[in-house]
Amino acid sequence: MHAYLKLDHIDKTFTRGNATTEVLKDISLTIAKGEYVSIIGHSGCGKSTLLNIVAGLTGATNGGVLLENREVNSPGPDRAVVFQNHSLLPWLTVYENVKLGVDKVFSSTKSRAERDAWVMHNLNLVQMAHAKDKRPSEISGGMKQRVGIARALAMEPKVLLLDEPFGALDALTRAHLQDSVMALHQKLGNTILMITHDVDEAVLLSDRIVMMTNGPSARIGEVLEVPLARPRKRLELATNPGYLKCRQRVLEFLYERHRFVEAA
Amino acid sequence: MTMPAIKAEATAVAIPTASPTSAAPVVTMTPRPAPRAEKYVKMGKEIAVRVVPPLIVLALLMLFWELVCRRTGSTLPPPSRVFKDTKELIFDPFFDNGGIDKGLFWHLSASLQRVAYGYSIAAIVGIALGTLVGQSVWAMRGLDPLFQVLRTIPPLAWLPLSLAAFRDGQPSAIFVIFITSVWPIIINTAVGIRNIPQDYRNVAAVVQLNPLEFFSKIMIPAAAPYIFTGLRIGIGLSWLAIVAAEMLIGGVGIGFFIWDAWNSSHISEIILALFYVGIIGFVLDRLIAGLAKVVTRGTALN
Repeated sequence: MHAYLKLDHIDKTFTRGNATTEVLKDISLTIAKGEYVSIIGHSGCGKSTLLNIVAGLTGATNGGVLLENREVNSPGPDRAVVFQNHSLLPWLTVYENVKLGVDKVFSSTKSRAERDAWVMHNLNLVQMAHAKDKRPSEISGGMKQRVGIARALAMEPKVLLLDEPFGALDALTRAHLQDSVMALHQKLGNTILMITHDVDEAVLLSDRIVMMTNGPSARIGEVLEVPLARPRKRLELATNPGYLKCRQRVLEFLYERHRFVEAA
Repeated sequence: MTMPAIKAEATAVAIPTASPTSAAPVVTMTPRPAPRAEKYVKMGKEIAVRVVPPLIVLALLMLFWELVCRRTGSTLPPPSRVFKDTKELIFDPFFDNGGIDKGLFWHLSASLQRVAYGYSIAAIVGIALGTLVGQSVWAMRGLDPLFQVLRTIPPLAWLPLSLAAFRDGQPSAIFVIFITSVWPIIINTAVGIRNIPQDYRNVAAVVQLNPLEFFSKIMIPAAAPYIFTGLRIGIGLSWLAIVAAEMLIGGVGIGFFIWDAWNSSHISEIILALFYVGIIGFVLDRLIAGLAKVVTRGTALN
C-alpha cells in the first residue's frame, strides 16, 4: 500500500515536575490517499493527543509524522482540523470564519473574487451558505460543526483531521452530519483521520478502524478493515451481516479485552 | 386589499373638508393608525418606562431638599436658590473674561481635554503592557507584583512627585490621569489575553497566522470584552482623579472651579458644578460602553 500519511513509531511522554506519564507507546500507522481511518478507544487513551501530534499542535517525544514522505512537525493548513467543540471565532460571521483560513492559504494563488467564490463553494458543500452572515452564537450546534468542516475543507488539506466531530451533538443531528461527511468524502475523496468513541460511527464511516488499548502507554491494539461497499446507507447497513460483524469485533475489543478500568 | 378602500375614503373626506377651519384630516387618521405610527407609540412607551421612574424619584428628592434647606439658617441652599444664583452660569456657559473667569463650558472642556490626553495614553500603554503580561509568563512574573503594589497608590499621592518632575500643572494633571486609569486597563487586558481559549490558539496555528495577524485577528477581538471592562473602569477613575488634581494645580478646569467657588462661598455654584461633573462622568461611561458594544459586536460582558 502506498503510504500517504505515515505515523512512524510515535511515543509521547508528558512530564510535569518529577512525574512522567507515558501516554502513547510505539504508534505506527500508514494511511493511503483517500482512505477514511478512524481511531477508537476509551476516553483517556490518548487518541486526542495522537491527533494533535498529527496536526502538529503537540510534539511527539519519539518518532514522527510523514506526509507524502516529508516530516511534518508544526501545524499547517495541509492538515486541517475539525475541532470537537467547533472552535469558531464568535466575533466573526460564518463567512468570515471560513474566509480566515482561505485568505491565508490562497493569499498568492487566488484573487479576491476567487477566494470569495471558494468560501461560498465550501459553505455550499456543507449546506450552510444561507447562514453566511450569521454569527456562531446565532446558529445551532450541528450548524456550527458544519461551518467547522467547511473551514477545514476550504483550506484544501491533504489530510482532514476530525477530533470527535460529532461528540457534542444530539443523536439525530449527529446521524445527519455523519451522512453529510460520508457524502463529502465520496465526492471529494479526502484522506480523513477521525477520532471517535462511537462504535457505530466508526464502522459506518471508516475504511479501517484503529483500536487503541487503554492508557497509560496506549498502543494500537488491533486494526480492522471494514469491507463494506460505498456509498453506504445507514438503514440498509443495520441488517447487513458484514456491518454487524465489524461492529461486533470492535465491541468485543472495547468491552471484553480492553475494558475501561477506572484509574485506581 | 383594504388599502385602496381607505385611500378612497380619505380622499372622499378630504375633498369636502378642504377649508382650513375643518379638522377632518385628523379624524380620518384615527380609525386605523399606520403601522409606523404604532411603532412610534410602542417606542414611546418603552422610553417612558425607563425615563418616568427616575424622573419621579428626582422630583421627590428635589422636593425633600427644598423642604429641608428652605428654613432660614440652613447651611446649604435649596434647589430654588441654586437655580436663582447660577442662572447666569447655566444660560451663558461660553463667556470668557480672561484668566480663570470663564464660563463652565471652558472649565469642563479644559478638564475633558486633560482626561482625553491622559486616558488615551493610558489606553495605549495599558493595552500594550496588558498584552505583554498576559502573553508572556516571564513578563507576568516580573511585572505583576510591581503593578499590584503601584496600583494601590492613591491618584493624588502621585501629584507632588509629578509636579516635581514636570514643574508644570498641565503635564502633571495628565500624568495623574494616566497613572490612575492605566492599572485597570493593564490588569483586565492581561486577564483577557490569558483567558483566550486554547482552541482559538489552535485555530490560529492550523491557519498559520503570523504573530501580527494573531494579535489583530485573534487576541484583540478575543480579549476585547475584558479590555473594555478595563477601559470603562479607567475612564471612571480618571474623571474621579481630574477633579481632585485640578483643585490642587489650579488654573482653568472644573476641579479648580469648584475649589474657587468654595473659597468665595458660592455654594450654589459648587452644586451646579457637581451636577455637571456627574452628568459628564455618566456620559463618558456610556460612551465607552457604547464603543464596546460596537467594537465587540455585542459580545462584551456589559
